[in-house]
Amino acid sequence: MADAFLNIQSVKNDYGATTVVQDFNLGVEAGEFVSFLGPSGCGKTTVLRIVAGFETPSAGAIMVGGRDVTNLKPNQRNIGMVFQAYALFPNLTVAQNIGFGLKVAGVPRAEANARVAEMLDIIRLPEFGGRYPYQLSGGQQQRVALARALAPKPKLLLLDEPLSALDAKVRVSLREEIRSIQKKLGITTVFVTHDQEEALSISDRIVVMYGGKAEQIGTPFEIYNRPATRFVANFVGTLNVLEGTVTDAAAGKVRVGESEIVLKQPLSDAKAGATLSLALRPEAISLGRRPGHDSSLSGLISDVSFLGSVIRIRVDLGKNAISLDTFNSPATPPPTVGDKAVVNFAASDLLVLAV
Amino acid sequence: MKAGRTWAWLTFAAGTAYFFIPLIATLEFSMRMRRGIYSFDAYQVVLGDVRFQQTFGYSVLVSIFTILLGVLIVVPAAYWIRLKMPYLRPVVEFITLLPLIIPAIVIVFGYIRMYGSNSPLPFLATARGTDLLLIIGYATLALPYMYRAVDTGLRTIDVRTLTEAAQILGAGWATIIARIILPNVLIAVLSGAFLTFAIVIGEFTMASLLNRPAFGPYLQNIGANRAYEPAALAVIAFAITWGCMSVIQVLSRFAPKSANQPN
Repeated sequence: MADAFLNIQSVKNDYGATTVVQDFNLGVEAGEFVSFLGPSGCGKTTVLRIVAGFETPSAGAIMVGGRDVTNLKPNQRNIGMVFQAYALFPNLTVAQNIGFGLKVAGVPRAEANARVAEMLDIIRLPEFGGRYPYQLSGGQQQRVALARALAPKPKLLLLDEPLSALDAKVRVSLREEIRSIQKKLGITTVFVTHDQEEALSISDRIVVMYGGKAEQIGTPFEIYNRPATRFVANFVGTLNVLEGTVTDAAAGKVRVGESEIVLKQPLSDAKAGATLSLALRPEAISLGRRPGHDSSLSGLISDVSFLGSVIRIRVDLGKNAISLDTFNSPATPPPTVGDKAVVNFAASDLLVLAV
Repeated sequence: MKAGRTWAWLTFAAGTAYFFIPLIATLEFSMRMRRGIYSFDAYQVVLGDVRFQQTFGYSVLVSIFTILLGVLIVVPAAYWIRLKMPYLRPVVEFITLLPLIIPAIVIVFGYIRMYGSNSPLPFLATARGTDLLLIIGYATLALPYMYRAVDTGLRTIDVRTLTEAAQILGAGWATIIARIILPNVLIAVLSGAFLTFAIVIGEFTMASLLNRPAFGPYLQNIGANRAYEPAALAVIAFAITWGCMSVIQVLSRFAPKSANQPN
């Protein structure tokens, strides 16, 4: 972490008596795409604004490329930023918006024009240089905002929920475009979002934040499949949480309802009789027997939701309930509410939640 | 419903009559200088008067400097309050309203006492100094209009995000105000400027007590000594004011459309 390109070291931020960010540490490697994911008010935007220089941390330091920038003003940091509300200058054309940073930096006109043309090509709007922001769609405006942020060749790119104001279809295409441009330019990027699908689909690593702290830092695969805390497990993806009682900690045996499940690892921290939370993703569960599904629980089907290609089935297991997804098959009608059901899964897919 | 509509029209007609009858009467009277027929003789006399040209020219010049001073003070102040000290807005709004509450005569007497030739800041010792004091006084009188116009303009743009977007691109405060904020509130500034112009052109108290050759004292002087010319001057002054208002309306159509309000 000490050699990381962006180093956020023990950052804390208070607003009066309220602590918004507490002891936040993160190292972002050069060229890496890291997302801050969390619900509203978790402190993700505050950390981003501290990196940009719009907020001063109560404690801690920000290092960019080995240089301490904590006390530098935003206009001295050479950082690019894209805002949720686009923030294009309404009085300037698209080309003037993209060239604004270059003009401020005193780049010669010919060089600036060439860079603006290059950026317009990158965002695939070469014909739009003479238009004003109000003449563009939301997606186009955000692409221009991205080009404007990248034109002065910043060391670091910050994206503050840049897709939130766009409709679903544009959001998906633009996030892919952002990722592709980021990879092409190899620019170190920090992306703030509350949309887990966005974070999972485009990030090298994700920082899941809650209550001003980093709950877990990891690759999308790690975050989704091995959530470290109950919050991460609940926030990222859909999750079934089963309450069980430890019957034999050394053997990893847990009673869930009337059934006993044998975990793949011993429960070294738990004692017999202790209550335990186990998590299971819907896609890891099946109604019929499948190879590798070595554990099962019995219950009654309480709800069936037809979602198009997928059918989501809810099974009541007494104190617990479980949701599972099956693919829709025209040849097989979905089960009906009230039917008896046996749900099967692999014990290795069960996650023992730390909190 | 029908009775309500009738009353609405009656009220409208009464209001229109209240405003336009004196105006039409003044216009009609101003054209009766030549006995027996309507003519523009009074207008010819007024427009041909050297003192009219001198005082009007002086007031136009003073109004231009007043507008510049007002813009230089109000735009950065209103911007800074919106950006950094929104909690001060009620206080600043109250201060900007004071010129409407305190009569101009009180302000000008204060000036005469404070800035006489024996004071540490002897504005009144020279004609140029007095002109400067008059401009400062006019900027104070126009403050309620200029501040409100600019503040309304700032309300239509996302000041904070535009500022941050410019800052992160390397811009300093002067660049942000000159190249981003001012152009986006230019129409509002022009509205304030034309209101200032209308105030300065007709102002009498300050110019008279500071003994400057402005258009207001000239209007008063003509009004006290002539019959038809004051009516012609009143119509001219009215036309100038309405011309300013019309220009504001026309310019407001060219206001930059905000990109900060996603559809």
